[in-house]
Amino acid sequence: MTRMMAIVEREMRKFFRSPALMMVSMALPLVQLIILGNAFGGKIRGARMGVVDYDRESQSLKIHEAFDSIAVNIRTFTTVPYSDEQQAREDVRTGKIDGAVIIPAQYSRRVLAGDSPAIGLVVDNSDQTMSSSLEAEMQSLVDALNAPVIQQRVVQSIALEIVELYPYVEYMKYLLSGSVALAMYVAVMIGGGMLYIDDKARGVHEGYLVTPITRLELVLGLNLAGTIKAVLSGVCLTVIGSLMAGLGVIFHPESALLLLLLILSTSIAFNGMMFLMMVRVEDPLIPRAIFGVLNTLLFFPSGAISPVTGFPPWLKAIAVIDPFTYAVHGFKAVLLKDGGLTAIRTDLIFLFGFGIATLLVATPLFKRTL
Amino acid sequence: MNASASNAAIAVENIVKRYGDFEAVKEVTFEVGDGEIFGLLGPNGAGKSTLIRMMTTLIPVSSGKAIVAGHDVSREPDAVRRVIGVIPQALTSDIDLTVEENLSIYAKLYEVPKAERKRNIDELLEAVDLTKWRGAQTKTLSGGMRRRLEIARGLVHNPRIFFLDEPTTGLDPVSRVAVWEMLDHLRKSHHLTMLITTHYMEEADNLCDRIAIVDHGKLVALDTPMALKASVLGTNVVEAQFTHESDEWPARLKQLAGVTAVESHGSAMYKLLTADGSLTTTQLVEMAVSRGEVIKSLSVQTTTLDDVFVHYTGRQLRDEQVKAVGFMMPPRPGMQP
Repeated sequence: MTRMMAIVEREMRKFFRSPALMMVSMALPLVQLIILGNAFGGKIRGARMGVVDYDRESQSLKIHEAFDSIAVNIRTFTTVPYSDEQQAREDVRTGKIDGAVIIPAQYSRRVLAGDSPAIGLVVDNSDQTMSSSLEAEMQSLVDALNAPVIQQRVVQSIALEIVELYPYVEYMKYLLSGSVALAMYVAVMIGGGMLYIDDKARGVHEGYLVTPITRLELVLGLNLAGTIKAVLSGVCLTVIGSLMAGLGVIFHPESALLLLLLILSTSIAFNGMMFLMMVRVEDPLIPRAIFGVLNTLLFFPSGAISPVTGFPPWLKAIAVIDPFTYAVHGFKAVLLKDGGLTAIRTDLIFLFGFGIATLLVATPLFKRTL
Repeated sequence: MNASASNAAIAVENIVKRYGDFEAVKEVTFEVGDGEIFGLLGPNGAGKSTLIRMMTTLIPVSSGKAIVAGHDVSREPDAVRRVIGVIPQALTSDIDLTVEENLSIYAKLYEVPKAERKRNIDELLEAVDLTKWRGAQTKTLSGGMRRRLEIARGLVHNPRIFFLDEPTTGLDPVSRVAVWEMLDHLRKSHHLTMLITTHYMEEADNLCDRIAIVDHGKLVALDTPMALKASVLGTNVVEAQFTHESDEWPARLKQLAGVTAVESHGSAMYKLLTADGSLTTTQLVEMAVSRGEVIKSLSVQTTTLDDVFVHYTGRQLRDEQVKAVGFMMPPRPGMQP
């Protein structure tokens, strides 16, 4: 026990003497949370919509009024008047405007005659986000124009009533779970993977191997130290990220305890995985070289960025054995849904089990000699 | 000091280390007596570090046996580890930790009790002259001070046998001498048996009670420095240059007392191997005076371990060092001989 704790003490003293290392391990997830959280998932605001009105009668005026309403309320787009349809199309193509509405001649007359008139919408579909948003907005507008002035007393059409269980979840909140897991992964990769191999290359382990420390004490000492570093990183990012994303769940004792359990189990799982991968590696360049590949292979299939259900089967298979998946699921359940222990039980069992299993495999692979 | 089987601190018998078809160490046998400083001398790649790594349980023995403090390194590695201190070739102290923290961590790895730990650290810091640096981060120390820290680290659990793999490599001459003095002092104060690998002849000569010369994985000579030097034909070398060349010089020089061989180096320069340097020199001067010949230059050298190494291996140790790093030094015209 004394010998194992000596390894932990050494690792932790080194860790706290290198504040830059701690900052680096949290920098990537924080930057990702801030940039991606704000860049994705937000609603389109301030797009420029060209309007070519060949009608200029009472019914087209209604459309203009609806556009004005959008511009001052939901602010999806503002309108730019055009007299020439060709020019409007060209400007959409060159990106001067984001879309163009064509109100054909005789539009008002055909509306009043019940002659099913059509309004044209030109969008740049190379930008799916923008075009979908403009299409959705225009569809709502058209639905509103189609609605009868006098509502039927008995509605015969089928309606869908959506019940949202939770308040609106901004993308930053959605991303926070992945960012916390990523912070722990980076801490394990730097603090456990890279420094471990660097120490090996510098001969520090040679110093350990001539002492009576056992293989198990050495493995447990290195992994316990790695777990503590990852837990510290996870706690820091959970607190900072929750405050940035406006989540107050960290102030609820029960949720905070569940988060701590998740952070601990994730740290153990990541450490075990990293130790297994690095146990026979000697070249300090290898962990640096595989850092990006591992990050992509583990983080993106986890559901941190988009739901696992949308993945092709082979990617789903990776997600099933990826500890990131369970960490992200667990953090979402607590941070966004206040799911309680029941919601994260499977995640905890997998993460603890994964960590212990990888350590059990790695320990006999650890060489007690050079 | 000769080791005998009864009091041998280290006994190595026909030890072999194979890496596939390559034999890095070939059936080496020697014993190191209790309290002795034993040197393994040889060029880079001779197998010194491999030998020391087998004795310190760092690499498995392929065949043969190594007994350290009565324990077989293959069968009782933990028992061996408890009684040995090891200083590896590289400086491996944690540069982010303080001097005292480095010692404390290693004392804990050896499970030294708390009270004893503090006492040992205090004593060792005093012994290696680092007391006033105990709170300094290791990264702030000079190379010599770091080496002294490593020596203290290897002794923090009071080992009986101390293995040092090239302890002065990379140190300046002043630091090197300081380390030798420190090791000699520690050997006496802690009653240590030391096994040192080195490729510095001077280090082996000054520090070691006995020296084993290792070359290509084989032990080619083993004795005290004095005995090794005495074993080489011609214990002194006299170099003399005369103003005039003469065909008679080789025959006349060979007749001088103690001379065993005469080599001509051209330009009336002769090298004489002799068993008695002072007598040969006196007779050489008298002979020159009686013949009215002027001696242009004269020098007398005692036999060094360099000569011993050349004698036993057929090449210069220093040449081997140069060869070992030769790939880093591209030839420059101005530097060619």
